[in-house]
Amino acid sequence: MRAVIGIFMAMSLLLSSSVYALKAGVPLEFKDEEQEELYNDMLHELRCTVCQNQSIAGSNASLADDLRGNLYKMVKEGADEEEIKGFMVDRYGDFVLYRPNFNSSTYLLWIGPFLLLLLGVIVLRLNVRSRNKINNKSELTSEESEMLESYLDSKKEKK
Amino acid sequence: MNRHMIPLVVFAALLLLFWVGLGLNPKIIPSPLIGKEAPKFELPELHDPQKVVNNEMLKGQVTLFNVFASWCVSCRAEHHHLLKLQRQGFHLIGLNYKDEKRDALLYLRQLGGDPYEMIAYDHKGDIGIEWGVYGTPETFVVDKKGIVRYKHTGPLYREVIENELIPLIRELEQES
Repeated sequence: MRAVIGIFMAMSLLLSSSVYALKAGVPLEFKDEEQEELYNDMLHELRCTVCQNQSIAGSNASLADDLRGNLYKMVKEGADEEEIKGFMVDRYGDFVLYRPNFNSSTYLLWIGPFLLLLLGVIVLRLNVRSRNKINNKSELTSEESEMLESYLDSKKEKK
Repeated sequence: MNRHMIPLVVFAALLLLFWVGLGLNPKIIPSPLIGKEAPKFELPELHDPQKVVNNEMLKGQVTLFNVFASWCVSCRAEHHHLLKLQRQGFHLIGLNYKDEKRDALLYLRQLGGDPYEMIAYDHKGDIGIEWGVYGTPETFVVDKKGIVRYKHTGPLYREVIENELIPLIRELEQES
């Protein structure tokens, strides 16, 4: 029974994804390849604000549809990448870009990983240094070194 | 500081980070419109297509600009709050977003009335994009000069109205 349900679900998933493809694949006309490329790039750069983990390329939400329409219109009118991104950010904020601009609210997002890496390096160095100190401290008392020497000597004599 | 304290401090810092981070609602996107002039628009009025509604009509008094649609389920939940705000004398302008006129009129009748002074009919949803609408209902507060001062995404509820909306409107009404 489970297997049947599984197959059914897989089938419906396949079917639905081909429906999406059809819907997204309505042939659009562009002036030149450059425009087409820009349109396709932007589709993947812009986040659908309703379904937040999808770009407007993959989203079936009606807002994504409207945004695609808007994007198409802008590309046709000859807008460049900056203009398109600016248009979207002015209305939906930095969040709409998958790679947001570097500014006061996003700087931590951009440099955070590097800060963490730096922190890791610092912690590692401190750790190594303190361990070295412990190793250097392990000097023997005069009694101990005498014992050690006599032990080594006895070994040598045996040879 | 005792070096055994370090893991504890790190743990406490993480706890704080998660406490704040997980408490935020990722669905709420801060509006870039706040502090800026309301987007320009001009649309037919829902009841009377001969009339127009435009951004100039947001000026002169503090306005609640509310985005709604008949297909929007959570809009129904806030409707009685809007009616109450209107009874209290607040100035409401509606944006009927991606809706059919007939459905919108029926919706208003079914839910006990029309709280809006006028309703801009945004059939295609273009003006919604201008306002950065992504999740109806949305409510903006526009001050007397036509500057957007506040946005609430999602249905209004009593705490938001009493603790944020009304105090802000009262404050903005004092401005000249």
